[in-house]
Amino acid sequence: MIHMTAKLSKNVRSNAITYGIVLVFYAVVQILLATGNLSSLMRGLLVPLCMYAILAVSLNLTVGILGELSLGHAGFMCVGAFASAFFSKYMAETGMPAGIRFVAAILIGALMAGIFGILIGIPVLRLKGDYLAIVTLAFGEIIKNVMNVLFIGKDSDGLHFSMNSAVDLHLKEGGTVIVNGPQGITGTPNQSTFTIGIILLLITLFIVLNLIQSRDGRAIMAIRDNRIAAESVGINITKYKLMAFSISAALAGVAGVLYAHNLSTLIAQPKNFGYNMSIMILVYVVLGGIGNIRGSMIAAVILTLLPELLRGLNDYRMLIYAIVLIVMMIVNWNPTCKAFREKYSFRNIKARMKTAKEVR
Amino acid sequence: MALLEVKDLSISFGGLRAVDDFNVSIEKGQLYGLIGPNGAGKTTIFNLLTGVYKPSKGKIELDGKNITGHSTIEISKAGIARTFQNIRLFDKLTVLDNVKVGLHNHNRYSTAAGIFRLPTFYRTEKRMNERAMELLKVFDLDGEADYLASNLPYGRQRKLEIARALATEPKLLLLDEPAAGMNPNETKELMDTIHFVRDRFDMTILLIEHDMKLVAGICEELSVLNFGKELAQGKTSDVLNDPEVIKAYLGE
Repeated sequence: MIHMTAKLSKNVRSNAITYGIVLVFYAVVQILLATGNLSSLMRGLLVPLCMYAILAVSLNLTVGILGELSLGHAGFMCVGAFASAFFSKYMAETGMPAGIRFVAAILIGALMAGIFGILIGIPVLRLKGDYLAIVTLAFGEIIKNVMNVLFIGKDSDGLHFSMNSAVDLHLKEGGTVIVNGPQGITGTPNQSTFTIGIILLLITLFIVLNLIQSRDGRAIMAIRDNRIAAESVGINITKYKLMAFSISAALAGVAGVLYAHNLSTLIAQPKNFGYNMSIMILVYVVLGGIGNIRGSMIAAVILTLLPELLRGLNDYRMLIYAIVLIVMMIVNWNPTCKAFREKYSFRNIKARMKTAKEVR
Repeated sequence: MALLEVKDLSISFGGLRAVDDFNVSIEKGQLYGLIGPNGAGKTTIFNLLTGVYKPSKGKIELDGKNITGHSTIEISKAGIARTFQNIRLFDKLTVLDNVKVGLHNHNRYSTAAGIFRLPTFYRTEKRMNERAMELLKVFDLDGEADYLASNLPYGRQRKLEIARALATEPKLLLLDEPAAGMNPNETKELMDTIHFVRDRFDMTILLIEHDMKLVAGICEELSVLNFGKELAQGKTSDVLNDPEVIKAYLGE
């Protein structure tokens, strides 16, 4: 009985540390901002930092908790970005209060990405390992490319769609093109701020951590550890795989909303929604620790800040970046390093001191 | 009426009839053994009973309910639980969580209740913890509740697998070679555990085993399988002295 409450409180404590790290980071940045110690370059990085952290946490739900390798995470981010930017642009003239509109845009971005997660998940989650990775990679690319040929316009008749050109929309006079193919969406209101980013990151952490530490999370991890055994105790494999995958996609959509509302022009390019992006998010997850939510968040922040902090070193910065990647990889995954960290972890040193005292 | 009634159960893989017209009838509370040489189709029968394979012919009835061709999940809910020949635990979950996964279908709350920590979450989790600890205590695993399942020694992993199976509140428990890889002491202890489970949970148990000492020691009735066909069936002592069985399996 004693250890049950101990276990629950252990989770609560671990979660509190995670939220605490985010809040302390927020406070430090606010102080730096107030005292004017942050370069404009760094100020420009604040929203992307939150975005990458959200992406890393959400992908860790698929890769670390569900145990399936997905390389299409940027695709879901793309869906969230375009759906929300479209909504914001469409509603911009209706006189809807900006705050409510932005909250609605976040929900729509998450919902659309979540729906795409389910639609893609149904056929794709039958696959395993490398095959799943390749198919998700392809889906990510398809979403990005479809966005590049999608034209949507609005006039007094309502909405018009085309996959050819803006002219094919046949808009009446006074109509506007909202999504303009390769030129994307321009004039999205810049509503993403660092504070909103931090709030969304906290909400993401809240959802993911509480999900993992509940009945559903246990079922998802059971599937990861042994699918056949999970099935034999009556766990609905399809349901829980889809649940994890679509929640992960919806949260990536939230990161997309943050991205779309941080820039005035939203264009689907290889560098923002291509597979490079998906791989980069995966790098955060792998370096931070597969299944380690807090670690992946920290890895995302460090690896985003690093190239900018090293800008002074110019030629060497990507070299240092690469070395840091390798060192982090070794420290996190090498068995000897793991044992070393275990031995000299704060908790174990404390425990040893306690037993030493008792012996005396 | 029997708890498990199997009639003319058959399955073919290509041209191979892995199980051929298998019949068995197991009464409630019985300890029933399934023996036979390697490749005789014993595990295939388990896979048929638990819905991993769909039979090409025959009928399976559990407690008067037809479960032939049902999915693994439906069969688990209907009341058949199993363990595996090669242990299949949730390695990276704790011992306690392994059992709590077994409790999954009998203790429910919604996803939203889990995420937003509604009162049903705390209530249900508390009940699951208590129930899981009760089960672990039965198997003397309560002291290791916080260990990762993969860190348990082999014999205790087998016990945890049985505890997890019992957590699904089955009517029938299938044990696939529970004594495989155990030394004589561990086997002896396992025999006591199986007896204890039967008495304590009023359980019906069907087990596959190669260890004849264990089979002779605890099984009340036996079926002997050879090349997918039933070779003999009946009281354990009669079956083990059957010249056919000795010739095909036990050795003269």
